[in-house]
Amino acid sequence: MSGAEQDGARCALPDGTAAPAPLRRLRVRYTKTGKIRFTSHRDVVRMWERALRRSGVPVAWSEGFSPRPLVSFGLALPTGCESLAEYVDIVLSRSGQSGGDAWLGETGEPGPQACAALGERLSALLPQGMDVQVVATLPEGSGSLQQEVSSCSWDLEVFGLAAEELKSRVERLLAAPVVLVQRERKGRIALDDLRPAVLALAVAPPPEGGPEDPSTGHRAWLRAEVATRPRGVRPRELLEAIGPGVSLSRARRVHQWIERDGARLEPLVGRGDAAIATHAGARAS
Amino acid sequence: MESFVESVTESLWPRIEPLLRSVQKPARYIGGEQGAQTPVHAAGCVAWLLCYPDTYEVGLPNQGLQILYEILNERADALAERAYAPWVDMEAAMRGAGVPLFSVENHLAARTFDVLAFNLSAELVYTNVLNMIDLASLPVRAAARSAGDPVVVAGGHCAFNPEPLADFVDAFVIGDGEEVVGELNEVLALWRGTPRTATTRAGLLDSLARVPGVYVPSLYRPFYSGGRLVGVEAAAGAPARVEKRTVSDLAQWPYPRQQLVPLTEVVHDRLNVEVFRGCTRGCRFCQAGMITRPVRERPAAQVREMIDAGLARTGYEEVALTSLSTADFSGIEDLVGDVIGDPRHDGRVAVSLPSLRVDAFTVGTAAQIQRVRRTGLTFAPEGGTWRMRRVINKLISEEDLYSAVDAAFSQGWRRIKLYFLIGLPTERDEDVVGIAELGMRCAEIGRRTHRSATVVASVGGFVPKAHTPFQWAPQDSAPELLRKVALLREAARGARGLTIRWHDPEASVVEGIASRGDRRTGAVIERVWRAGGTFQEWSERFDLTLWEDALAREGLCLDDIVHRERDADECLPWGHISAGLHHDFLWEDWQQAKAGAALEDCRWTPCYDCGACTGLGLEHVVASAEPPGGGSQGTGQDLDRGGTVPVHLVTGVRR
Repeated sequence: MSGAEQDGARCALPDGTAAPAPLRRLRVRYTKTGKIRFTSHRDVVRMWERALRRSGVPVAWSEGFSPRPLVSFGLALPTGCESLAEYVDIVLSRSGQSGGDAWLGETGEPGPQACAALGERLSALLPQGMDVQVVATLPEGSGSLQQEVSSCSWDLEVFGLAAEELKSRVERLLAAPVVLVQRERKGRIALDDLRPAVLALAVAPPPEGGPEDPSTGHRAWLRAEVATRPRGVRPRELLEAIGPGVSLSRARRVHQWIERDGARLEPLVGRGDAAIATHAGARAS
Repeated sequence: MESFVESVTESLWPRIEPLLRSVQKPARYIGGEQGAQTPVHAAGCVAWLLCYPDTYEVGLPNQGLQILYEILNERADALAERAYAPWVDMEAAMRGAGVPLFSVENHLAARTFDVLAFNLSAELVYTNVLNMIDLASLPVRAAARSAGDPVVVAGGHCAFNPEPLADFVDAFVIGDGEEVVGELNEVLALWRGTPRTATTRAGLLDSLARVPGVYVPSLYRPFYSGGRLVGVEAAAGAPARVEKRTVSDLAQWPYPRQQLVPLTEVVHDRLNVEVFRGCTRGCRFCQAGMITRPVRERPAAQVREMIDAGLARTGYEEVALTSLSTADFSGIEDLVGDVIGDPRHDGRVAVSLPSLRVDAFTVGTAAQIQRVRRTGLTFAPEGGTWRMRRVINKLISEEDLYSAVDAAFSQGWRRIKLYFLIGLPTERDEDVVGIAELGMRCAEIGRRTHRSATVVASVGGFVPKAHTPFQWAPQDSAPELLRKVALLREAARGARGLTIRWHDPEASVVEGIASRGDRRTGAVIERVWRAGGTFQEWSERFDLTLWEDALAREGLCLDDIVHRERDADECLPWGHISAGLHHDFLWEDWQQAKAGAALEDCRWTPCYDCGACTGLGLEHVVASAEPPGGGSQGTGQDLDRGGTVPVHLVTGVRR
């Protein structure tokens, strides 16, 4: 990481005044499991805004006609889907970097202990089913989640097709050069080729602690990795691509991935602030 | 004889969850709000299911329901959960899967509870009440319920004319619920401890009828002659007249303490603190103002505590100070100044006053408090001419309206809304056209500040309500309201910066049926419900033909229920329910209205003996004996010159 973040380097503006130090950012990884999965992405944004206000974390606000807290989420999670790997970036205000807040410590930068304590505090303030796993400060110059995350992994519980049939459908999909799905865009039906975005797809054994759903026959799990660009692929679209007769009963995002120098990283890996629980158990709803 | 069956308390969640995959807004059905309780059902604990007969996002913020939720859950001998009307897609899924109405906390079947308690905030939801009772797997008609069934009770403003729902509800609560809910619980706890037989159920209803403020309709028999209601006879032991309940000291009820913070988007998603109850402005069309008298203010110190605790607990950045006319609260300026100036809030907390008085003073306050986020500004002159506003006793002078509008535009608003009623008693075409004229002048005032200033005039059809001076008034027919809307649009045609919006006149007519109908209208509501007419307050679901068919089949006519003017000695369907107001006061005020004579606010003038204070042995509880400063709705104004157009405001360009 560059040294700039350590000394808060200031560069001179053309008129000779010192530019203010860049604002520090926190990145948080959290889960969304159980009943709360039926809330929308917009709902989650509001939950975070309220929890942050209650936590006393000094969040920076945008300027302008209608100021908003500078909190940015990566990929929206479709309503009804669970996740073990959601992320939010929080920009800290200047007052929060002046050392005025005890949790920041003497350096004005939240250290690993402060981050861990903040994670616990936020978990307590968030609704049941949303748990903070890791909090870390971001190196200056880090890209946003929107810019950096390029793919994500899903566990999908499906039913309706016998195991053999499901397996051959998956193989057929992977072998096809083009996989067209319908999507509605501004009220018009359009056809999209989903194939380039399907990076991996396989029938998998049920994940440990996966919920039982006795109402469904021929239960099976799929593990998928899909690209987020040029646009995200929703679990429902993936099912549509597999073909008729198969239905989705539960979808859980398990990882988000950043490609860097040919390596695949999770958005919080590499800082060493805290261990990342990549296999947190599912929580019963 | 049925034996006493201990309630089965098994969560329906495993059966509900699969249904949520395919419905709109599934978060409506999951509960989990901050402040929600998960009570443990136990013997000796009366289980209440508090039901709101509209969607979750409309019902969740309801403060009345939340107040009772907390009061009941604080009692050792009671518990309360909540249920909302499932939207049509979820209802279909539930019926298809055999899933009954459920609570959102423990996801228990409605039949698990001892009491289903409905909040009646609007008349158009009545078919939803029947639908929820049916979804709970109870007979919709009270007379068909058996000894083991839960008891159905209802309260809220609409309970002041309970007759349209009398066949479906076992007991109504009239007036403030804070005190009476505990008294009801004691009666219910005794019943709960006895075997459930026809005798004990009848005994329960008798005991409920003896609780002051409780109306048990099965103990009252209406008589008809020549197609008209001529009398109502009470059974032995039931009071001839049920008097409303009134909480005399709001300070004793600082609820809700744990306002529910929903996980998903709802209307009024903010902290709400009730600053006073009741209103004595005396607007003659306003049922809320009449039935909630007298004025009872919450002490300002308690309001501050509730705001502080509420903001810290919820993380909301907006607090609404609620009442029927918040600008009248004693010391409102100081209170608002303290909240927005509080350094702990870092300038991020907005205060909203949902009901603003029309004058420059309150606009100034509004501008100050909304510097965080400038939301909409709405004024409600209600009538288009000064003559009309005297008839309805909404004493806003044109001068004050224009200076308020001027203040709003010069303080940065680009768009304001004006709210009017049409179809008011004695209304002439010139009063309707007056709405356009007022709107055009307001737009003209706005253009002096901004080239793009706009005024939206929103027009609703007037529905006469029980216990108001207009309870005898004829209601306009839908074609007549449509004619007036057309007249208004014609008058406003080509007007720069003025938009006219209007509510569906047909929906006003149906609201009229449920507002002033007698017990026979219950059969109409049942027919509309059976024909699929739920969510009638949603324009995409409203269907007048369902109501017309049902009326015809029941041999009732709109003209008799809705459009006809009543006589002084007519037996009104709600005559055995009392809001404390003397019949003679209301009738006299109705005559004054027709003569165009206005009446000032009695908080700061001598008593008119309406009955609300004297009959209940109460007084207005106000911290200040001084009327609020500024504005035509204060006192001592010259009521003869309110219609004078202040020429200096609308001519000439001011820089």
